[in-house]
Amino acid sequence: MIRPHRRHPLWLAFALHRVSGLLLALFLPAHFGLLGTALNGAEPLDAALAWTDNPLVKFAEFGLVFLLAVHMFGGLRLLALEFLPWSPRQKTLAAAAVALAAATGGAFALQLV
Amino acid sequence: MLTPRLYLAQRLSALILAPLVIGHVAVMIYAVQDGLSAAEILGRTRGSIGWALFYGLFAAAVAVHAAIGLRVIAHETLGLKGRGLAALTWAIFALLLGLGLRAVWAVTAGGAA
Amino acid sequence: MTTAQKSGSGTDTIGNHGTGEGADESAGSSAPGAALSVSVWRGGPGGGRFHDYEVPARESQTVLDVVSWIQQEAEPALAYRFACRVGMCGSCAMTVNGVPRWTCRTHVQRVAANGRLQIAPLRNLPVIRDLAVDMDPFFERWTAAEGRFHPGTTRHDPMAPVDPASPARREADAAIECINCAVCHAACDTVAADPDYLGPAPLNRAWTLLNDAKDEGRDAILDAVAGRGGCLSCHSMGSCTRHCPNGLDPMRAIAGLKRATALRALRGRR
Repeated sequence: MIRPHRRHPLWLAFALHRVSGLLLALFLPAHFGLLGTALNGAEPLDAALAWTDNPLVKFAEFGLVFLLAVHMFGGLRLLALEFLPWSPRQKTLAAAAVALAAATGGAFALQLV
Repeated sequence: MLTPRLYLAQRLSALILAPLVIGHVAVMIYAVQDGLSAAEILGRTRGSIGWALFYGLFAAAVAVHAAIGLRVIAHETLGLKGRGLAALTWAIFALLLGLGLRAVWAVTAGGAA
Repeated sequence: MTTAQKSGSGTDTIGNHGTGEGADESAGSSAPGAALSVSVWRGGPGGGRFHDYEVPARESQTVLDVVSWIQQEAEPALAYRFACRVGMCGSCAMTVNGVPRWTCRTHVQRVAANGRLQIAPLRNLPVIRDLAVDMDPFFERWTAAEGRFHPGTTRHDPMAPVDPASPARREADAAIECINCAVCHAACDTVAADPDYLGPAPLNRAWTLLNDAKDEGRDAILDAVAGRGGCLSCHSMGSCTRHCPNGLDPMRAIAGLKRATALRALRGRR
């Protein structure tokens, strides 16, 4: 339940940026660790990658791409807010960032299936 | 909980990351078309100075960006400050940079290629 | 003569506002018998709880009218603060149905949910008693943000010309009508999370001074807002701008301070 004073688009954009950033940071060590198995040749990496055939993992991959895209597009909005001439259309821009991220995640999901 | 220098590092790393993320997502959407295999990934990256630079920069920038981002979250939600907070920031930076560069090395140069 | 009584607990409301009763007393009532269910937080620094009151509904009634009615008719000991009643003094802000608002210019009709109001003290400030909070921590932040004029000339010097059309003056003008009500301070989650954070209103004030052609404290202001808990702690969640009763945009002001701070750091003058 979102408390009443937080029920507005830019607070939701903030929450999305923070949660996505936190989850991506937690995911990174696992990601790096998996790729690091290639130090011992292709077989260990293949063994690790076999795990990604699981549909649940595929759905998680879609989630990760969405999180990455929404953190990037949302972050670009924040950079523009701080360093470009002021735009009063922050709510629209935040919505656009989410839409672009959803499109990116969707493009990735279509390639997965 | 940011000094001007940390703030600049956070924003500059974000500026560096944005195009790298776009490139990374584009490669992912292209690469997952026929499922993931070690041979395909390593065939693309092994011996490529371009990919080594691309992902080396990516890993370094993400280590800076994530360390500062997690620092802020640790301060605001766990109440960490002072030396503890500085130590956590550097530890996250070192961990992500180490694991990241190891992964880049693994897929571009290292191992039994 | 009261038409409402304090209930013994948060649940068993005893209101004798029933039909007919109180109609002769509330001469201005638009709908005799119509009543609001109002929960008012009562307590002190050690804690407290909501007490329920039945308050006659009237046309064009403000939330401050409701609180005043309760104090005058049902709960003489209720502590709350107001002065001007016309949105200028900034002393009557409270949390109404979970949202910080200036109560003197908030119409009940606009905020009541099914005839219910929940009124609490402002968030992020220590409670003195009931609906009155201690504003000292808020004003101490104004001082910490260098939210004061820094004169650089004497009466013998010519006055610095101020061009009302200049970009800097426009920025200052857009941010200057703050009434110090602390609604933004109560709305901001970064204030809640970070005890060092100066908060939207003091930073907004610093931004007006930074853009004031007559203020000579540029470096002092930037030192104050670049430090620990300064503008760089802001996450642009925009609750300040969303809830500012005067329509100011502290989020924009803080973004301006961030830019000025970053440029100064880039030039190596931190």
